[in-house]
Amino acid sequence: MFHVKINNKSHEVPKGTTILQACRHAGIKIPTLCYLEGVHAEGSCGVCVVEVKGSRTLQRSCITAVAEGMEIQTNTEAVRKARKINTELLLANHPTDCLVCDKNEYCTLRQLSSDLGIKNVSFERTHAERADKDETSPSLVRDPEKCILCRRCIAVCAEKQSVSAIGMTGRGAASAVSTFGDMGLGNAECANCGQCILVCPTGALMEKSEIDGVWKAINDPKKTVVVQTAPAVRVAIGEDFGLEPGTAWTGKMVAALRRLGFDKVFDTDFTADLTIMEEGTELITRLKTGGTLPMITSCSPGWIKFAEHFFPGVLAHLSTCKSPQQMFGAVAKTYYAEKLGVDPRDMVVVSIMPCVAKKFEARRPEMNGAFHYWQKKMGLKDSESFQDVDFVLSTREAAKMIKEAGLDFPALPNEEFDQPLGMSTGAAVIFGATGGVMEAALRTAYEVVTGKALASLDFKAVRGMDGIKTAEVDLAGTKLKVAVAHTLSNARKLLEEIRDGKSPYHFIEVMTCEGGCIGGGGQPFTTNLETRKKRASAIYKEDAGLPLRKSHDNPVVQTLYKEFLEKPLGEKSHHLLHTHYTKRGVHPGDVAHEKKEHKAHAHTH
Amino acid sequence: MKKNTVIEDLHRTQETEKSKTYLESVKMQDVARECGVPAAQVYGVATFYTMFSTKPRGKHIIRICCNLACHLEGADSIVDALKGKLGVEMGGTSKDGEFTLEQSSCLGLCAEAPAMMIDGQTYGSLTPESVGKILDTVRKGA
Repeated sequence: MFHVKINNKSHEVPKGTTILQACRHAGIKIPTLCYLEGVHAEGSCGVCVVEVKGSRTLQRSCITAVAEGMEIQTNTEAVRKARKINTELLLANHPTDCLVCDKNEYCTLRQLSSDLGIKNVSFERTHAERADKDETSPSLVRDPEKCILCRRCIAVCAEKQSVSAIGMTGRGAASAVSTFGDMGLGNAECANCGQCILVCPTGALMEKSEIDGVWKAINDPKKTVVVQTAPAVRVAIGEDFGLEPGTAWTGKMVAALRRLGFDKVFDTDFTADLTIMEEGTELITRLKTGGTLPMITSCSPGWIKFAEHFFPGVLAHLSTCKSPQQMFGAVAKTYYAEKLGVDPRDMVVVSIMPCVAKKFEARRPEMNGAFHYWQKKMGLKDSESFQDVDFVLSTREAAKMIKEAGLDFPALPNEEFDQPLGMSTGAAVIFGATGGVMEAALRTAYEVVTGKALASLDFKAVRGMDGIKTAEVDLAGTKLKVAVAHTLSNARKLLEEIRDGKSPYHFIEVMTCEGGCIGGGGQPFTTNLETRKKRASAIYKEDAGLPLRKSHDNPVVQTLYKEFLEKPLGEKSHHLLHTHYTKRGVHPGDVAHEKKEHKAHAHTH
Repeated sequence: MKKNTVIEDLHRTQETEKSKTYLESVKMQDVARECGVPAAQVYGVATFYTMFSTKPRGKHIIRICCNLACHLEGADSIVDALKGKLGVEMGGTSKDGEFTLEQSSCLGLCAEAPAMMIDGQTYGSLTPESVGKILDTVRKGA
């Protein structure tokens, strides 16, 4: 331990910590802007400066290590002045249209300016004219005009996700954050995870909003508008209304969506259960027939695009199952539309997702299973194709719509999902946390393979925030080796093992974002490690409290198979619930001429 | 672990593309793959250093120095003369594709200010009149 003085008071702080960490440890707040705990400490913004006795200049506390006997002052005239000037220098190049900025009350720069008491900006603009907004991606929008070059987005993209789709370009006044060749995020090896949106301190990175389209559909009396909500949304949306994380606000969320005017409020959890039926059966089939192993989950669309870019050679390991979002769209516009007697072209499927990669997924050209189902029956031309999912809203966008409608979210009553597509089990809700899909699959696979009921449903080895978790499960004599990874840098490690023929596993779950979907790029800006943990605990609480906790016990899923799909991996499932992947590569030439990879399983046209 | 030789590789790539004197996208991606470095980072390097260009340039690159010594000795009038003769703004390429005009950081020719460099060759003690003759000489390939 080092003995230091902070603001004239003695403190003992661990060796190897920075001044910033030491001050936080001592309960002293130092404002930061470019610093991102555990990911990015570069000292580029100069907001966290402090005075250190004996130092000629002010020190940037996020990158300066404490030393024995150090005397630190965090609140002197010189410190306050320097923080103000450094922030004013950023403001000189930043627009001041905060009132109409999407980031508004969540903007760190705005908050900082207010905290530091900045009244006017003493400096002229120094930056060259910035590039236009990058709107090439269906998931994200980048506005270089609002970028303060803190590089947090670059750090999270490189360190957490090992993608590096963005970097610094140019120099001096022309410096910018951009993609290779300024081609835009839509043309880069971006996974669309949106973690950069969460760490951006300003409004330079946002999801591509689909709110207007959803309002238009709701207002159109001809349309039957159904909404589905992903498991992770219910444990996070309340945070946008100032509620404390750690609770599932399922009932209030349903009530709010009903009041927005959706005709039916359904649950992606229903198709999460359906995913388990298909994916569990696929795993068992692969195990029995010597199929490609390890099999890897396919629910996380950021992960899918990452694999298509960086590991095009291992796509055969991916489950062919569509994600629950896409299964929902396909079931809603076939089975459910038929049941209602609604023309599928007049049905609008809206998703509320903790994710911005889901926006890209919904627009994949192959995600039009319902159209193919109806094409023959209704004699539709190819040009009349429609997508299974029409609009994807992030949790944040859904909260915005609730605010626009003037609803008092905390005061809403608890209401139930509509039926039949609102029925789900505890196995589905845990899809929202890292390890959840694995646990749900194990609950079903175990009972299907052994024919015995599980003594305990909790597979605790796959829960929690460790980057890679492994477990061994005895499936009637077969030792099933499983692994769970979250963040793409952790996924990369497991993928490299597979590529090198060294993977010991049978089944792997990959979630793109830290903590799983509860930490997704579409979640409220309150997302951090602490809120991620609280949301996960809310998810497991929700699971524990449900009467049904195994996907194969979902009565509506059972009915769906009886009335429509017949059996998992059957003919209809194959067309509506399964998909194929695209070899993308990163550089031209990575993928020679082969465009599409069709999976080995069950594709017999 | 591959050796990080991005800068050297970009130089070699640009030099072997003599007729183009710039880095094509595909070539930069090749460098990224060979060095095992993300393409966005290679692009960052290519756009940071003024010796690299990611856009097509003329056959000859004029690098005019505007640093302190040259500035005091009238670099602005040299810039104006060059702009007039070539019919381009700073960074532009003349219509005949012969010259691209670029501003350079200090060339170290302060004793001969104002100075400029065309391709590898330096020219000092410039006057608005002398630059015209220099351009003609270079154009003729002398």
